[in-house]
Amino acid sequence: MSSTIVSVNSQANALPPPKRAAAPAALAYGQERAPSSGIWVGVFAITMSFAAFTSALFVREGTADWGHLTLPSILYFNTLVLLVSSVTLECARQALEAGRLGTQEVSHKASAWVMVTLLLGLGFCAGQFHAWQDLRAEGIYLATNPNSSFFYLLTFLHALHVLVGILVMVYLAGRLMASHTTFRRSLFSNTAIYWHFMTGLWLYLLLLCRMKL
Amino acid sequence: MEESSVQQAHVHAPPERFIRKHIFSLDHKVIGKQYYALALVAVFTGMILSWLMRIHMVWPTAKIPLLEHISSAGAPGGVITPEYYLSLLTMHGTLMVFFVLTNAPFAAFGNFFLPIQIGAEDMAFPRFNMMSFWVTFAAWAVLMLAFFIPDGPPIAGWTSYAPLSAVGKDAGPGMQWGMSLWGLSIALFCIGSLLGALNFISTTLDMRAKGMTLMRMPLCTWAWFITACIALLAFAVLLPACILLILDRHAGTSFYVPGGLVISDRLQAHSGGSPLLWQHLFWFFGHPEVYIAILPSMGIVSHILINSMRKPLLSGKVVIYSMMSIGFLSYMVWGHHMFLSGMNPMSALAFSFPTLTITIPATVLTLIWLGSLYGSRLQINSASLFALGFISMFVAGGVSGFFLAQPSIDIYLHATYFVVGHFHMVMGVASLFGVFAGTYFWFPKMSGRMMNETLGKLHFWITFVGTYCIFMPFHYLGLIGNVRRYQSFVDDFMQPFLGWHKFMTIAALITGAAQFIFLFNLIYSRFKGKVAPENPWNGTSLEWSIPSPPPWNNFGGKHPVVYHDPFQYGVKGSKGDFVMQDSPEQAVPASGD
Repeated sequence: MSSTIVSVNSQANALPPPKRAAAPAALAYGQERAPSSGIWVGVFAITMSFAAFTSALFVREGTADWGHLTLPSILYFNTLVLLVSSVTLECARQALEAGRLGTQEVSHKASAWVMVTLLLGLGFCAGQFHAWQDLRAEGIYLATNPNSSFFYLLTFLHALHVLVGILVMVYLAGRLMASHTTFRRSLFSNTAIYWHFMTGLWLYLLLLCRMKL
Repeated sequence: MEESSVQQAHVHAPPERFIRKHIFSLDHKVIGKQYYALALVAVFTGMILSWLMRIHMVWPTAKIPLLEHISSAGAPGGVITPEYYLSLLTMHGTLMVFFVLTNAPFAAFGNFFLPIQIGAEDMAFPRFNMMSFWVTFAAWAVLMLAFFIPDGPPIAGWTSYAPLSAVGKDAGPGMQWGMSLWGLSIALFCIGSLLGALNFISTTLDMRAKGMTLMRMPLCTWAWFITACIALLAFAVLLPACILLILDRHAGTSFYVPGGLVISDRLQAHSGGSPLLWQHLFWFFGHPEVYIAILPSMGIVSHILINSMRKPLLSGKVVIYSMMSIGFLSYMVWGHHMFLSGMNPMSALAFSFPTLTITIPATVLTLIWLGSLYGSRLQINSASLFALGFISMFVAGGVSGFFLAQPSIDIYLHATYFVVGHFHMVMGVASLFGVFAGTYFWFPKMSGRMMNETLGKLHFWITFVGTYCIFMPFHYLGLIGNVRRYQSFVDDFMQPFLGWHKFMTIAALITGAAQFIFLFNLIYSRFKGKVAPENPWNGTSLEWSIPSPPPWNNFGGKHPVVYHDPFQYGVKGSKGDFVMQDSPEQAVPASGD
């Protein structure tokens, strides 16, 4: 059994208790469910944007100056790092679900796993930066040829979205450490959905770059 | 702020300080009004721009006061140059399509009323909501900045076709910094709209009150929800398009610019790009965008007509399914803007079929409105007049679309005034009539005061007759070959028709002046209007069950329970010929039915 909300702060203010006292906590109506559909909507929109970039790639591929780009080999290592980060995030989820929610020990363990995930995420971003450095060393920049343009564009935008995920995880880890009593389970599951989406998106982009660039 | 039980009981705490209450507000109602105010500023700016354009076309040597101070290069001595005409045209289109027609019917009214109509306290993500408005405001500010830079606004049209939009200053005045400001502005606008669409969708799916099934939502709520779904996918494609444009302009890439281009006697340092790529990406957004502009107005008009007729539409479900079909089909027709781009005629056929198909749900909607009106006792007030006017304008403007949908005819009519007449009637007039109707209908709820009915009716009649006078001639002019985006007409065959242009200009000036009646009514009524009751129109939907104006948490901390759909009119209720959605009483059909 897992309850999504725990709230015990009864003396914090002078308002009368809400009328629906039978409910586990006085949430705004529907708010338990609200954050879930939102993240999927966001994922959908980001997918659509990358689909637009993919279409642009297919159109641009048809012209005579389309060449070939050898992907820097560090990309494969970065991929592994990102995949491991998804696994560690799932370890965090297991830690949360294994124990009873509401104990400090459980939330600290989960927080530790989240911190490992975000460090791996940072490692991924650093690795991507290294890949760009590798290309620059070969004299391949953003505007050198259409292949490189798409490579830099796609990898940069993906890394930007990963950074957003990292910032959210910093907040998540902080909340898990700070106050185990008012932690919202939906915050964790939404972050996880977003992060796994980032991993999946990267796998797709890597495949696209390998096959098309 | 710690998460206390207060915090958890409400989506956000009650606002206290001035800045939180009125400026960086998390309250969807304040945000809705902020969007409305932005749209109001944008529409009057856009209208004045259209006056300048029309004056230039008809009286090219006219000296416009003050214009020289805004742009000494564009209007030396107050006389508009041909290039500046194109700048005015670009800014008119950009302001109107983005900052008026996406903001007013969708973001403004939707933000204010969607949460209330589904029985929620606020949107699902109030902070994202606040961000969406302020990002949109920033987009507007960036765009307006283009007027005041030395080189002026861009001249590429609101569609900003590559390669001219991608090559920089060789393409003409305003195409360096003006064009870059445009790109940045629209990219920001995309982000604001995406955040807004996210909120609308999540709120509708997750925050409905008990008993408020999807099929019990008012038709305007459905329209906002479907529009948000369209907007989410459309703006998610425009943003990449703008990013690629910005890269071509500033990073030396060649997504859109082919090789060997000589512009202004200079060889452009790009190669391999595809101008068609911009057209595809832009119109993949651009066509759904026009349905984003019209669908909310369709919902608002349906909502108002049901109330004014005191009876439901022939079928609420069919209206919902028609709006859904329009949304779905809108993604399949973008190529009809590109019939003359050199595309394969088979592709043209492939786009023509869904374009003609989309007329079917639109026609179904029109027939439902007309069929429901037949035999009804429609209560005439400003709101219902504008709702009727919407139907008239939507039909008059929409039927020209049947012609444009066919590639063989479009070869002749593309880029003529026929197209301009078509989209002005459906977007510029019909969609705006929906906004006017919504304003007259909901002003009492939003401000707690009634608008002046006499002024409202005066506004309607002048606008209704005036917009027909302005835009019907556009179709005839298009048929005789009047090309669009020209700042003057020197061809022999055009000379007999310059008188028509004069007529349209005068009609535009008069009709535009009448809009100040509306503005006066809006501002005067806000302060001096008669105090409005909770339910001045005897409406059934949830917005009429709360005070005018609503308290910060809409329902006063209570959670409404919904028992009916919003179509319980013409029945025997305890309050009159209607039963409200949150009233447990059973609706008894009125005797004699």
